[in-house]
Amino acid sequence: MNYSYYPGCTLRTKAKALDVYARRSAEALGFTLEEIEDWQCCGGVYPMGSDEIATKLSSVRALCAAREKGQPVVTLCSACHHVLKRVNDDMKNVPKIRDAANAYMGEEVPYTGETEVLHFLEVLRDKVGFDTLAGKVKNPLTGRKIGAYYGCLLLRPGQVMGFDDPENPKIIEDFIRAIGAEPVTYGMRNECCGGYISLREGETAKKMSDSIMENAADQGAEMLVTACPLCMYNLNKSEKLPVYYFTELLAEALGVKEAAEA
Amino acid sequence: MKKNQTELIREISGVNPLKCMKCGKCSASCPSYDEMDIKPHQFVSYVLRDDIEALANSKSLWKCLSCFACVERCPRNVEPAKLIDAARQLVIRQRGTEEGLSPDEIPALLDEDMPQQLLVSAFRRYRR
Ligand code: SF4
Ligand code: SF4
Repeated sequence: MNYSYYPGCTLRTKAKALDVYARRSAEALGFTLEEIEDWQCCGGVYPMGSDEIATKLSSVRALCAAREKGQPVVTLCSACHHVLKRVNDDMKNVPKIRDAANAYMGEEVPYTGETEVLHFLEVLRDKVGFDTLAGKVKNPLTGRKIGAYYGCLLLRPGQVMGFDDPENPKIIEDFIRAIGAEPVTYGMRNECCGGYISLREGETAKKMSDSIMENAADQGAEMLVTACPLCMYNLNKSEKLPVYYFTELLAEALGVKEAAEA
Repeated sequence: MKKNQTELIREISGVNPLKCMKCGKCSASCPSYDEMDIKPHQFVSYVLRDDIEALANSKSLWKCLSCFACVERCPRNVEPAKLIDAARQLVIRQRGTEEGLSPDEIPALLDEDMPQQLLVSAFRRYRR
């Protein structure tokens, strides 16, 4: 099965690693990420206002493009995923937003949230299956103690995101197990890294990242994995533990890391 | 008749503040609690009291991280983050704000590793 792929602005620039390792790994697992033509930036933050329409349209366009191809849309960046998933939910369930957005869009058939929005991790869990993934691992990352860092955007609000139990998630731990490493569970894995506040208030953000890192290290983690370029940036200010994109470890386990880097 | 500010906030946010039972769980969950002059649970009370001016002047508008912990953990599904965001929208739409981010500030804030995501997110949340 192939998927419509929405990379988002940062995966074309500062977070190329998140993207290239994912594409290669997908091929190794037997599916292709088909990049949506002319996708536009999601804006990074879900516009909460019930009368915010224009700010939701870039997401609606991507969702319509995927509908055209009859494919689910796959995301990698936590923020893109959050925005697309919530806008899709609005298009499905909030008539006021749906009608106004459709009036702008002028699609022949109004868009009503038909596209399935999947994070790459959900594809691994629900479409590929972690057992199948484990069977395809060539270089198990045996002995590596990895803390999953979820952050906010993949999980909350749980009712809309439907990603995992927002207070006690385990999808990334299961992923870590599937690639042969050892997951280290720690309490702060779903607390905020400071998000966009780090632009002007670095100290405040650093305090938050420091406590996450400390908590993970105390529990025995030797490294963290994330799906979010902004979490990566904020966590890296702490310098306590190395942080990797989950796709890099996936590519390594599947034996396609060098090929992806070439 | 022109809508009053309370009605506008309720409309933009879609929040019904009457559902709040003042348990304080939203504020207890908020990672920005220490930075906020008006705390998330208090936003609800200010709206109920029609004191929108205080909210418009609150620095909390610029401290919320959109982490949705308050939304997730509220036992009454009040979604206080939406009130904070609606108050911020009201300020930006009606009068603009000096607290907002100006493109002129950006060059001095950049560093080698900064992801584009940080800039687009900050502009969406802090625009003047
Ligand atoms: S958690 Fe919900 S019910 Fe409790 S104080 Fe906050 S808004 Fe009110
Ligand atoms: S969304 Fe904003 S108000 Fe709510 S818990 Fe997060 S930072 Fe606090």
